[in-house]
Amino acid sequence: MNLVRNPVVLYGGILAASVAAPLVFPDYTFQFTVLWVMILFALTWDMLGGQMGYNSLGNIFFFGAGMYICAIIQIGLYYDVAEYTAASGEIKVDISAPEYFTGLALGVIAAALLNTVFAAIFGWIVFGLRGPYFAIGTLGVALAAGELTGAWQYVGGGGGVALPVYPGEPDERALFFYGLCFIMAAITFFTLKKVYSGRFGLAINAIRDDEAKAEGMGIHTNRYKTIGWAISAFFLGISGALFGNMIGFIEPLEVAFPTVTFGIFMVVMCLLGGKGTLWGPVIGATLFHAFKEVTWTYMLGWQWVALGALIIILVVFFQQGVVGWIQEKWPEKFGIVVDDKLAATGPELDDRPRHSEAAQ
Amino acid sequence: MLDNIGLLFQAPLLNVQLLLDGIFVGAIFALAAYGLALVWGVMNVKNLAQGDFVITGGYLAWWLSKPRHVEIGIPGTGIKLVDWVTPAIHPILSMPLVIVVMFGFGWLVYVTVIRRVIGRDLFTSLLATFGLALVMAQLLNQMFGPEVQVAESGFDIHSLGGLVTVATIKFVSLCLAAVLAALVVVFMKYSRMGQAIRATAQDPRAAKVMGVDTDRVYAFTFSLNSAICGAAGVLISMIWVIQPFFGIAHSIRSFVIVTAAGLGNLPGVIMAGLGLGVAELYAGFTFGAELQQFTVVGMLVAVLVWRQIQYSRHRQAVQ
Repeated sequence: MNLVRNPVVLYGGILAASVAAPLVFPDYTFQFTVLWVMILFALTWDMLGGQMGYNSLGNIFFFGAGMYICAIIQIGLYYDVAEYTAASGEIKVDISAPEYFTGLALGVIAAALLNTVFAAIFGWIVFGLRGPYFAIGTLGVALAAGELTGAWQYVGGGGGVALPVYPGEPDERALFFYGLCFIMAAITFFTLKKVYSGRFGLAINAIRDDEAKAEGMGIHTNRYKTIGWAISAFFLGISGALFGNMIGFIEPLEVAFPTVTFGIFMVVMCLLGGKGTLWGPVIGATLFHAFKEVTWTYMLGWQWVALGALIIILVVFFQQGVVGWIQEKWPEKFGIVVDDKLAATGPELDDRPRHSEAAQ
Repeated sequence: MLDNIGLLFQAPLLNVQLLLDGIFVGAIFALAAYGLALVWGVMNVKNLAQGDFVITGGYLAWWLSKPRHVEIGIPGTGIKLVDWVTPAIHPILSMPLVIVVMFGFGWLVYVTVIRRVIGRDLFTSLLATFGLALVMAQLLNQMFGPEVQVAESGFDIHSLGGLVTVATIKFVSLCLAAVLAALVVVFMKYSRMGQAIRATAQDPRAAKVMGVDTDRVYAFTFSLNSAICGAAGVLISMIWVIQPFFGIAHSIRSFVIVTAAGLGNLPGVIMAGLGLGVAELYAGFTFGAELQQFTVVGMLVAVLVWRQIQYSRHRQAVQ
């Protein structure tokens, strides 16, 4: 335990494993890249869902928005976007390596920044909604965005749009995107770690525990909520931009705004790992992705039924997740002291909040 | 897009057509939304699988409407346990059967899943029913395939003054929806169980003290909702189309209607349902079919924003 607690050993071990993974198993580089994207998804979802108590079903909106913003910038720098998408693949992108990397860098930056603007706008729309209305409202925004993009001819409509091709060997390209996704996931992790440990983390936890009281104590709840969402959106936009380029072809319903796949995976991964904890999403994403990749192809079309069943089972029976379960099992390892006397009289203390929940 | 709006002014009869069709589908939306409001109000469960119950009911009616060859045998041997060609049942006649089957299905779902999420926090029921929606949609897809289906009713189509056509089945389904709604209202008002349901909705604890078996009431309410959805699905399968993944759109329609009308407001639910039906058809006509889905979701966001503006006024008044 102490060895694991040592940050040098822990982070060093993960770093070594991450660098070694695509070199030892080059055939699976794509899967490892998706794993980092999944970890990023889970981390950003948990910021709102776990730490702030605002369960969003529509975070995938920022993923798709980032993807399309990046694509428009990348193509728009050197071509007329409308002309390019209207030709649907007839125009072959022929740009040099420096032009490609400039486009990609600018696209990623634009995706991240514009997404924070979107977060502010949508925050204004949805943050007045509480509880289930928030979840349904965000789901509505994500679904609407997918449908709208599908009807928007400028970006290719439902047919999608092909992105500029990476100037280099396929192996090099896979490693390039693996590295970028790994670095982004790591940056997200350490940003959130820093954010949670300070005043901001306390404020959003207060919002989760009791928003009315938090507001009464002088916390500007709307400001914190919007900033929290903007941070999520920032990183999700980058992940979307990178993922779109890695796939090479984007399309509104399956790739950019996959509300019932990636959009729901985010939630499932957090629940599996334990929401409201820093490591929960990382562990949940890793377990879920490994499970999915190993079993998916053997289920012959029944995998989606299994996914739905997995959600139900997780929500109903195992809501605290892996990390939450470990915390419950060995609280002393987490510096939580259990008072035996209080624990013996515990159930009475528990009674009251449950009633207030039912009354809502 | 503008051409289509112009067309509406040039041919006023088109408006009549859109209005009528909107009311015909809107009545069915209202029926499903009433079920959602019932479950929401009584047990505080927001059922995101509402639309999938509707679609399941539709598929049952569609499956029964044609003769099907059912063969169940022991794999590897030639022995057939069941070898039976089902009789073709007209969708309207199969409705009572669908209602009974869906009632049983609702009970099963309640016992396995819903019972465990009542009283838990708000997101739990939402996410559990979302998982349920995924399972149901994918099961239907596995069993019946992803094609769009219609249950043929065999009624003819009447033409009113050239442009406007009304299929008899649409009119029949409107009447059936009205009858079903009336039956449910009467049941809620006068039957023993209906009284128990209303008492539980008002105050579960007091109802329990007065000797109401609330667990049974919850089970019954959820099954009743499932049966209502099944009936709505039969109607939808006759006058519109069904497809395994159309469930989520129906769920969202129900949420739009209930959010706009509020809980326990039956006239509101009916008006919002008819309004939504008409609005959707108008949007589908003017903006094209690819934006019809967007209209439904856009309407949801619009209704939520409108509600929020109302609330913020209320909050300012309180301050």
